[in-house]
Amino acid sequence: MDKRPRGFYALTVFFALFVLFLYGPTITIGILSFQGPGGGLTFPMRGVSLHWFHDLFEQQAVGDIWGAFRRSFALGLMVMVATVVISVMAGLAFRKRFRGSGFLFYLSIASLVIPSILVSLGVGLIFTQLGLKIHWATSGLGAQLTWTLPFGLLIMFAVFNRFDKSFEEAARDQGATSWQTIRHVVLPIIAPSLLGVALFGFTLSYDEFARTLLTAGSYNTLPLEIFGMTTNVTTPVIYALGTLTTAFSFLIIGVFLFTVWFTAKRRARHGSDAGKGV
Amino acid sequence: MTDTLTETTAPAAAGTAPPKPRRRLSDNVVGWLEALPLTLILLCFLVAPIIMIVIVSFWTATEFSIIPAFTFENYQYLFGSSVTYRVFLATFKYALITWACTLAIGFTVAYYLAFCIRSQTVQIAMFLLCTIPFWTSNIIRMISWIPFLGRNGIANQTLIDLGLIDQPLEWLLYSDFSVILAFVHLYTLFMVVPIFNTMMRIDKSLIEAAYDNGASGIQTLIHVIIPLTKPGIMIGTIFVITLVMGDFITVRFMSGSQKANVGRLISNDISLLQYPSAAATAVVLLLTVLIVIGILLRFVNIRKEL
Repeated sequence: MDKRPRGFYALTVFFALFVLFLYGPTITIGILSFQGPGGGLTFPMRGVSLHWFHDLFEQQAVGDIWGAFRRSFALGLMVMVATVVISVMAGLAFRKRFRGSGFLFYLSIASLVIPSILVSLGVGLIFTQLGLKIHWATSGLGAQLTWTLPFGLLIMFAVFNRFDKSFEEAARDQGATSWQTIRHVVLPIIAPSLLGVALFGFTLSYDEFARTLLTAGSYNTLPLEIFGMTTNVTTPVIYALGTLTTAFSFLIIGVFLFTVWFTAKRRARHGSDAGKGV
Repeated sequence: MTDTLTETTAPAAAGTAPPKPRRRLSDNVVGWLEALPLTLILLCFLVAPIIMIVIVSFWTATEFSIIPAFTFENYQYLFGSSVTYRVFLATFKYALITWACTLAIGFTVAYYLAFCIRSQTVQIAMFLLCTIPFWTSNIIRMISWIPFLGRNGIANQTLIDLGLIDQPLEWLLYSDFSVILAFVHLYTLFMVVPIFNTMMRIDKSLIEAAYDNGASGIQTLIHVIIPLTKPGIMIGTIFVITLVMGDFITVRFMSGSQKANVGRLISNDISLLQYPSAAATAVVLLLTVLIVIGILLRFVNIRKEL
């Protein structure tokens, strides 16, 4: 094609600065978490050490962060599974014209835009007034789902709007029941997008703060624990924790992206079996 | 992959008795069954909590507990205090400035990704580069500004080294500036993604047509690209405005508890166990947000845009 549009290089610089703006601070605390034992919250580095990472493993120095990590991980998995299953079901439902679908759609969008603190406060109030125990795996799970499900649903909408219905019709013409069509035709085709939904479900739950604040009960999730630390910890140990959780998030994102890429590649290789007979 | 298809999907091999006629459930019933889990979750954890907040906003509280009642005193107190108006004004200020910044940055980035990058692989990689921070912790991302903006932070050190200032700037951290900077940092993504999404669906021939007819780059941008990108801009706007208006944690953390918005008003009441008063503020906040969204939704049909 022809020459680059004018301003291309200016825009490239702008984009690079934007990426620096996005990642710069994270990289900074990544470096500072290797601060020497005498170092403070900002540069200069006073030596390089693993001192602050080591501190994370001392119970008394930072509280129960490993327990908090385990809870956040478990909750993330629960939210992930629930988000995938419920979003797919709802996505299938929205392809049919059922009465009240418009209302349910707007309710889901409302779930996305209603301030998190309202959900947190309301769920907390209901549980206390009903005499139910507030616990991260019950009230916390429900409150987080009001945040992850709309994202899952939006992805399903995007997926099904681009879905070729002739595959299903073909299956039905061959005598497949509705369930068989879903199980063997629809689900395999949308599988990569389901990985996307799973990624949203897990990471949004793992990092969720506002909706968990009043719904987690007596045991903190990791973001709550980290926030508690910001008010009383004034050493780079908090950077070490930040670096570790961010590294963990990157790892999870990496695993998901790799899986998506791998499935796509595998698919391209095994691609079409048209004309090969059964 | 495909062999799983053949083992179970071919029911009642041809020639045997025809399959039993199944009673098909109507679309309406199946639709509702499939949507049931979503509906239940939203009813229990969204609708019921909001109703509960509305109810509790009419209750009254002692220092230790909340007592069912029907009183308007929470609202009277709320609307009778000048703090409320100041805080709401501050909330709108944060929302507006953040909106303007995220729109300018988000539109530029989306434009660059959609129109200036020709290889699809590079495009996807760059898009992912922009979205990955969304999947990491907001709190950590806020914390990570401290070494940058602090009194002895990188920004001040650099400015002093360059000879631009003699003394460290005090307003970099724990100020409106740092609050808005964090908002822009956290939420620009919510502009980039929907705007990029609509831009990718613009028919490239429209842009070529504009050039062929002699439009300049700027003219094409103003008369072709921006109008066609409006739905994405509106969706991004809704996200950013509602996220900023409902926030309490960014303002608290980035201002070192020196600034307030409505969310902080609510969270302060909660920490004092004044739930009815928190609920009343929450109701007013919710109505404000809904009115703003109502106005924005007049400009876009979300469901059509997915």
